[in-house]
Amino acid sequence: MSGMLVTLRGLRITYGEGPAALSDIDLDIAAGERLAVIGESGSGKSTLALALAGLLPDNARIVGDIAWDGGERPVPGRDIGFVFQDAGASLNPVLRVGEQVAEVAQRHLGMSWREAYAHSRDLLAQVQIPAPDTVLNTYAHQLSGGQRQRVAIAAAIAARPRLLIADEPTSALDTIVQAEIVALLDRLVQEAGMTLVFISHDIALVSGFADRIAVLHAARLVEAGPAAEVLRSPKDAYTARLISSHIGLDTPRLIGTPS
Amino acid sequence: MTALLRTTGLSKTFSGAGRRVTALDDVSLTLEAGETLGLVGPSGSGKSTLARVLLRLVAPDAGRIDFAGTDFTALRGEALRSMRKRIQMVFQDPLAAFNPRATVADALGDPLRVHGLAGRRERPAEIARLLGRVGLPEELAARPVHEISGGQRQRVAIARALATGPELIVLDEAVSALDVTVRGQVLDLLVSLQRQDGIAYVFISHDLAVVRAVSHRIAVMDGGRIVEQVPVQSVVANPQSATARALVAAVPRLNLRGAGEGDR
Repeated sequence: MSGMLVTLRGLRITYGEGPAALSDIDLDIAAGERLAVIGESGSGKSTLALALAGLLPDNARIVGDIAWDGGERPVPGRDIGFVFQDAGASLNPVLRVGEQVAEVAQRHLGMSWREAYAHSRDLLAQVQIPAPDTVLNTYAHQLSGGQRQRVAIAAAIAARPRLLIADEPTSALDTIVQAEIVALLDRLVQEAGMTLVFISHDIALVSGFADRIAVLHAARLVEAGPAAEVLRSPKDAYTARLISSHIGLDTPRLIGTPS
Repeated sequence: MTALLRTTGLSKTFSGAGRRVTALDDVSLTLEAGETLGLVGPSGSGKSTLARVLLRLVAPDAGRIDFAGTDFTALRGEALRSMRKRIQMVFQDPLAAFNPRATVADALGDPLRVHGLAGRRERPAEIARLLGRVGLPEELAARPVHEISGGQRQRVAIARALATGPELIVLDEAVSALDVTVRGQVLDLLVSLQRQDGIAYVFISHDLAVVRAVSHRIAVMDGGRIVEQVPVQSVVANPQSATARALVAAVPRLNLRGAGEGDR
């Protein structure tokens, strides 16, 4: 692992006159690592994702530093890929799947349309879409939720970004598809040496692949460290509560035998 | 002993845009009073269609539903209305289930008014009692539903289901949108209400681990069919169907070693 990709210092973000969505955030993201950012509703985790991606809305006020390796602000779409929870909303409904993945490559990699379209086909194969040649010509709404998320991932990595940010990419999917998408992201990131920031409410889900875990609670970073350390000996009571709230197949059942 | 709920050969096909989708294919199941049947399966397996058919929000193409010894599918008019009191529902997104401008008192007052369960003068006391049953303070009654937290809102949805004193509540992904630290409390609440009132639940989720935590029996659905209907222990320890095996494998495991050690 080389140096830091990005360093956040004293980051504070507010929307309009509202309370801070993020406050006093000090966080380092190393190049090539898989960082999981865990938090519940209102924790500020999506704001953190948008701030990293440079996609905050106009009424957001940013205080503090976001310092990138090399000093230059990365270009969203080219240097940073983004996968959202709702793939249906992030894909263009009137463009064929092949065209919208190719558009990213054409725009950011300087490819001709023919090259970009061929690249698009390769990407669909890479994200394990069955029958990629057929899917090139379909529209997003004709696909299942899991296939749509695969297409969104293909579009996000089309320009070979250094950083992939996935904000609750599996929360709208069933557990079977969720496991497939997580395995896919993990493999793609490793193969390409990308940095992954995976935002989730589910600490058990990320425990299977994250190098480091950062926990946000009520706009503050309560804990960040190597995954094994955070999971095994959480320093913050809130992290401990998240871990103990996990329901797995070995969790004691809440009911006895039926009366 | 007759089952509280018995479905026989329920089938439902949706067609449109030149496609036919079999949402339910010969679904037969039973549920005893005071029991929880977990219904688990991937997206599109027919779980939510089954919920809607059980509630008679959607009519089946074939099959019948017997509830407390009566053919529920054949009921009309007043008999249907009075049966509806006995079967209630809680959905995933409580905000979508409420009028956005309603207060908590409005949301809880509606079923009391519609079913003639409490007159205008008794209503505030009854609303306070219902809030108490789901662990919410009386003062919440005056608050708009959209201003309270997600966990509080789902408790209000449960209170509204309780208002008619049901024998069965169909819970369709009722805890799936909740924060994990809130989810456990809502599950505890459901279990304690079942113990107190002997309510039966059909508990629908795509998450086998959550279903296992609260269900006495589990039915696994896929492609509109029930592919496995067994006691909870055996579905996890010894899944018979490919769907059940995939659901067991897909449950996120809390890996305390972290990914940095072990398999890499």
